Parts: sequence; C-alpha cells; structure tokens
Amino acid sequence: MKKVLELKNVSKKYQAKNGEIEALKDISFFVNEGEFVSIIGPSGCGKSTLLSIIAGLEPKTEGEIKLEEKIGYMLQRDSLLEWRSIYNNVMFGLEIGHKKTKESEEYAIELLKKYGLYEFKDKYPNQLSGGMRQRVALIRTLAIKPKILLLDEAFSALDYQTRIMVTNDIFKILKNENITALIVTHDISEAISMSDRVIVLTKRPATIKNVHTINFEMENRTPLNCRESPKFSKYFDTIWKELDVHA
Amino acid sequence: MREKNISDDRKKYLRKIRTNKMLVIAVQISILILFIIAWEVLANKGIIDSFIMSKPSRILDTFLNLSSNGLLKHLGVTLTETLIGFVTGVVLGVFIAILLWWSKFLAKVSEPFLVILNSLPKVALGPVIIVWVGAGMGAIITMGIAISLIVTILEILNGFLNTDKELIKMAKTFNASKFQILTKVVIPANISTFFNSLKVNIGLSLVGVITGEFLVSKAGLRLPYSLWRPSI
Repeated sequence: MKKVLELKNVSKKYQAKNGEIEALKDISFFVNEGEFVSIIGPSGCGKSTLLSIIAGLEPKTEGEIKLEEKIGYMLQRDSLLEWRSIYNNVMFGLEIGHKKTKESEEYAIELLKKYGLYEFKDKYPNQLSGGMRQRVALIRTLAIKPKILLLDEAFSALDYQTRIMVTNDIFKILKNENITALIVTHDISEAISMSDRVIVLTKRPATIKNVHTINFEMENRTPLNCRESPKFSKYFDTIWKELDVHA
Repeated sequence: MREKNISDDRKKYLRKIRTNKMLVIAVQISILILFIIAWEVLANKGIIDSFIMSKPSRILDTFLNLSSNGLLKHLGVTLTETLIGFVTGVVLGVFIAILLWWSKFLAKVSEPFLVILNSLPKVALGPVIIVWVGAGMGAIITMGIAISLIVTILEILNGFLNTDKELIKMAKTFNASKFQILTKVVIPANISTFFNSLKVNIGLSLVGVITGEFLVSKAGLRLPYSLWRPSI
C-alpha cells in the first residue's frame, strides 16, 4: 500500500517568555492511502499542534514530514462566514487558491447536490442546523479536491446525538470520495468507530504510547454499526486504560 | 429573501414586525413633537426664560428671515466642511487601522501615542492648526479630522484585532495570504464595527467643524450667530 503521509522523529518546542515548552517528542508514524487513522491523547497533550504542523500552519522544531498528496483541514468549529451564502461559503477555499473555474464550480455544485445541500445554497449559515453547517464546512474543504483530510476535533462542538449522526455521515462521504483521513479527537468511541488504526499519545511532551489496529471484520462497516460489535467495548477498555485518565 | 408560499402564521409574524417598526417611528416623532410643544408652552408661560433659551416659534421666524440672508449658504458651507472632514477622517482612520493590524510591531510602537493623542483636548490645538494650515476652510476641516481620526483608528483596530481567531485559522488552512485574510475575513467580519464608528464620527466631525468655525470662520453655521470674533 502507498504511504501518503509519513512522519519521522518529529519534535516541537514552543518558546514562551517563561521558558521552553516541549509539546511533541519524537513522533513517527505513517498513513496509508485510503486509511483512517485517529490520534488520541489526554487533553492539552499537543494533538492539535501535530495536525497544525502537518498542515504547515506551524513550523516543527525537528524531524521530517513526507506528504505525498494535497491536504484539506477541518476544524472543531465549522467557521462558516455568516455574511456569505452557503454557496459562497463553499466557494471560499477555491477563491483563496484562485482556483474558481467553471469546472471546479460544477464539482462543488455536484457535491452540494450529492450531500443534500443544494436547495440550501442561497441560505445563510445561521439558517442551518449544526449538523448541516458541519457538512457545508466539509464540502468547502472537499471542493479543493484534497486527497488527505485532517480533522481536528471536527465534531466536538456538536451535541451528542448530532455528533454520532454527523460522524456517520462524514465517514460515508469520505469513503465515497476515496479520501484518506487523519483524525484528532479526545473521544475514544469516536476514534474507534471511525478508524483503521488508533494512535495513543502520552501527556506532554507527547510521544507515541501505542498504536492499535482496529478491525471489526465486518462488511460495510460504518461508525454507527460497528458500535454494536462486541469488539467495540474491548477496544474501548484497552484504550481507556492506556490513556490513564484521572479526574 | 422572498418566499413563495406564505402561511397565515408567517403573514401574522411579518405584520407584527412591520407594526413594531412603525410604532418605534411613531413614538420617536411624538417625543420630538411633545418636546417642541412643551418648550413653546413653557416659554410662553414664562417658566423658562425665552431670552436665553429662545423658543420654537422664534427660531422658526429667525430661520425664515435668515434664509433670505443666506442661511442656506452658511448651512451648505458647514455641511461641506463636515462631510469633507468626516470622509477624510474615516478613510484615513481605516487606512491607519489596517496598517496597524498588518504590523504588530507598528501597533505596539504607536499604542501609547494613540492613547495620549486620544485624551488630548483637540480644541486646544486650534490656534496651532491655524498657524499650520492657515485661517480658512482648511483649518476647519483639519479640526474636524483631528477630533474624529484617533477614535476611528482605535475603534476599527480594536474590531480588527477581535476578529474570531477560528475564522482566521480556517482561512489559513486554505493557505490564504495575509491580504486575503484582510479582505475576505477581517474586513467583512467588521462591517458592523465600521458602521458604529461612522455613527459616532459624523457627530464628532460636526463638533470639530463647529469648533473650527468658532476660531476662524468667514462663512458657516457658526458665523451668523456670533457676538464674538476670534482675536487672532
């Protein structure tokens, strides 16, 4: 299988007035094409920093990152621009990259139609539900045709029921569009239900504690139906213990 | 937004909004009329001294008289000065705010100066402005700008700096340049700040212009009512 992303000994130190903070230490892993990989760890351990570094939003201190394909990025909040219609929000990424051509516009319209948002294209974000807004944000990212998607706690701003449905929704969309995903989350069940592998990080400075391969051995696995598998709670327990959460 | 099939409830709701809007305007007009009537009546009854406070009917008389004596010309002059001062102040203010947003270093350097300039009584600068710009319309407009400029800069800059960081991060995930972040996120996100600042500024510009006219005017609203001339 083709590796589309590979990290070798990546470290990150922050310089602050009151000293140096070591956020990431010696992180190495890879992601294969079409794979869904989750990164999970205690809050504040530097998971989001890792994604920012991969996306090139922040410089790394040491190490090497090999990135084969174009990436897209999804944040915790949908960050839709309230003054733009849904259609113009979807166009945002294309506009920024000066890629707004007839072709790319047609592709975005096709995505809107495919995922049930076309009839809302002239509405404004505040007229849409949280789940729909997140879907618009996803289409905005997909419109630039990324091959790898980085999801940074992308569902944590949604309420529980919506989150489960949106996770399911987005999982299907990504599989459908044949996109590789790297997911950062603090939600163990979300990590297990969505991914092929779960990387567990330690607390700061974050190092890789363990990598779990998740395999439910079922056809047409979705985040919703794999929650019913007996293996689900087994995975959950193992990872829970590893995370070593203290209240 | 236009909707095709409007339900009865929707109609009722829309009607309610419209009624509410009209009610606000009606009450506003009533307050104005009541104020004028009360003023006139109290002045006629001698409860307030109409020599000092004047009264609406007398103002109207004077206004009609002055119209034939060129009040409109003076009104025009003041209005022009205010508008020029206002527009220049806003454009310059927004431009400087953008500059300071762009460069954190510049913003840090200029911060104490802005605070001091803001608290400075600009009226006291009047004589200096006259010396610099000359006693004429220029000085008056400069006065108008001086009063509104710093407030504009501070207000707009504050709005810019408080733009939702998540929106900026989102733009960065699409590799937006700083200029794109400015034009596509920061400025549109601050339209309401901008309009608020306009509201405050039109008033401030007028104050500046009238103050300027007190000092140097050969024409303008202040002039016809002056018993006092600057002795510069």
